[in-house]
Amino acid sequence: MDWGLIFENGLKAGVGDFAAVFALAAIGLNVHFGYTGLLNFGQVGFMAVGAYGIAVAVTYLGTSLWLGLLVGLAASVVLALLLGLPTLRLRADYLAIVTIAASEIVRLMVRSVSLREYTGGSSGLTQFADDFYAINPFAPGRYGISPITFTERQTWLLLVAWLAVAIAAAMVFVLMRSPWGRVLKSIREDEDAARSLGKNVYWYKMQSLLFGGVLGSIAGFVLAISTQSVQPDTFSPDLTFFAYVVLILGGTARVLGPVVGAMIFWMLLSATDNLLRQAVRQEYIPTAIMDGVQVGQVRFMLVGLALMALMAYRPQGIFGDRREIELDVRR
Amino acid sequence: MSAGRSTSAVGSTSAGRGVLEGVAPQPGVAKPDPILVLDGVRRRFGGLTAVDVEHLEVQRGMITALIGPNGAGKTTLFNLLTGFDQADAGSWSFDGSDLAGLPTHQVARRGLLRTFQLTKALSRLSVVENMKLGATGQRGEGFLSALISPLWRDQEREIEQRARALLRRFQLEHLAEDFAGTLSGGQRKLLEMARALMAEPAMVLLDEPMAGVNPALAQSLLGHVRTLPGDGTSVLFVEHDMDVVHDISDWVVVMAEGRVIAEGPPEAVGANPAVIDAYLGTHHDAPADEGEERARLEDAEARMEAEATSTSTPTRTAGDDR
Ligand SMILES: Nc1ncnc2c1ncn2[C@@H]1O[C@H](COP(=O)(O)OP(=O)(O)O)[C@@H](O)[C@H]1O
Ligand SMILES: [Mg+2]
Repeated sequence: MDWGLIFENGLKAGVGDFAAVFALAAIGLNVHFGYTGLLNFGQVGFMAVGAYGIAVAVTYLGTSLWLGLLVGLAASVVLALLLGLPTLRLRADYLAIVTIAASEIVRLMVRSVSLREYTGGSSGLTQFADDFYAINPFAPGRYGISPITFTERQTWLLLVAWLAVAIAAAMVFVLMRSPWGRVLKSIREDEDAARSLGKNVYWYKMQSLLFGGVLGSIAGFVLAISTQSVQPDTFSPDLTFFAYVVLILGGTARVLGPVVGAMIFWMLLSATDNLLRQAVRQEYIPTAIMDGVQVGQVRFMLVGLALMALMAYRPQGIFGDRREIELDVRR
Repeated sequence: MSAGRSTSAVGSTSAGRGVLEGVAPQPGVAKPDPILVLDGVRRRFGGLTAVDVEHLEVQRGMITALIGPNGAGKTTLFNLLTGFDQADAGSWSFDGSDLAGLPTHQVARRGLLRTFQLTKALSRLSVVENMKLGATGQRGEGFLSALISPLWRDQEREIEQRARALLRRFQLEHLAEDFAGTLSGGQRKLLEMARALMAEPAMVLLDEPMAGVNPALAQSLLGHVRTLPGDGTSVLFVEHDMDVVHDISDWVVVMAEGRVIAEGPPEAVGANPAVIDAYLGTHHDAPADEGEERARLEDAEARMEAEATSTSTPTRTAGDDR
């Protein structure tokens, strides 16, 4: 077993592009679910409209990537309004149903044959983020602390991605200490009480949905620019549930919960993957039980087990406050 | 920011009674300075008429008790007035402006606040955060201004001071930093009332504020209610305990089966045959003599007391009662 390699790859994954993508998506979910109590099961829909916003704008409309970012943001605002306007007056479960359905509608639309001209159908779009790499200030070479190093392109992307994570976390930090955040939390606790005190609950839920949705679309930007490609089947409902895992792992309603949750989640995924692959290759695990192809699935089982253990011993997540969990019994 | 507090507030309870000296104790009677006026307010649930109020005026600057047997429609009436439920018919005005059809948050912003029969403490917010939420006109409640704390920091400090002063008055100051979810039922009632007062309302509707509160806390709660008119807040409150009603209310409105069947000063309503009927559930002939009347009165009061104890244990599901 090469423990050094497992460790090295784990650390790389922990600060890698996917960790940043899921940190952003989960910060958005934290605004929705952790602070406002909105059950958004379609965060991947916001990631998809963000990613496709830039890809379609650059490829089909021929705009610059920068204008594409605005298109992606606008698309996520439109999606939030479409989801929120009819459902936010209703009970919480309606939003859950509508968001998961809407995220699938987004995926099926962008992969549909009739829109292939714009979205590339099931194969998606590629090479639309050259503008981003054209302004890379890093000279060719490898950057980082050996052995955790990245190419200049990766370094540039990671710098910008984690900067976006830091800005998003800082905004949430400030907002949740403000009277605005207090209204969101009161809606999570009991929206009738908030209403009876003169708060426009509908409008605050909408603001929460918009803000968290925009953060989701920024996660989509990072994903699309990092891989220089968008593909419809990347944006399957699993991504939303990974974002929930990240959020619950780190601790809901905690500013750094989603950030640390994302880093640990991707570290764990990478470590279990490497461990299993090596074990299979060196025949510690007989192929009768598992072969190399099955590693992908088995690692999720192991991560799932680890999560179950976490929920049993630390239901509040890494940063959560146990007292809050114990209070979480609606009377 | 004061939400349109009354300027013609009557100083104290005793002064309050004087104002209504000449007002006839009849259902729907006009008051000299009503803050709340209801006309033809009706709400049906299927075949059941929960509320059917022809006309009702509630005098400004005093404490009006709303009594009636269980299911009389008191909570439903509060729900209608505060936009939690929609009336089938009728109109009502508050402080001179029409409120019918307004959403709850706008009703609250006009200075009409309510508390709930089953308390709604915000469990995972601290007691002092619960209080601060009640303040109106907060600059930091906008998304963009929330990001720039210098815009609201001073106001927040002022709100915090006011919240702590109110908590001191309500003897909750030592719990200020605790999660509201850890409070006892009685303390939650106190907190909910104090939180509503953070908005400096022109009128509060208190739905059974004393139910489930231990006697010591109930006494202090009563003390607070009594001071409200002096601070410019008119009070309409639902209560079953006739001693409490006698003790602090200036005027009593009696509901039964959705209708206002009697109103008058507290001494008078207990003797009203319609009220006795409502509580006894049967029709009685006029009493033959004074002794019989007294016996009947005592019987009726005993029933009302029994109601008071029976309703302090919630029998319905949480979704039923706001
Ligand atoms: N949401 C509802 N649906 C059906 N019936 C209701 C509803 N709310 C109240 N009621 C009925 O309306 C009547 C009045 O109830 P309520 O206003 O709670 O009485 P009170 O507060 O005077 O005890 C009762 O018969 C009650 O069962
Ligand atoms: Mg009631």
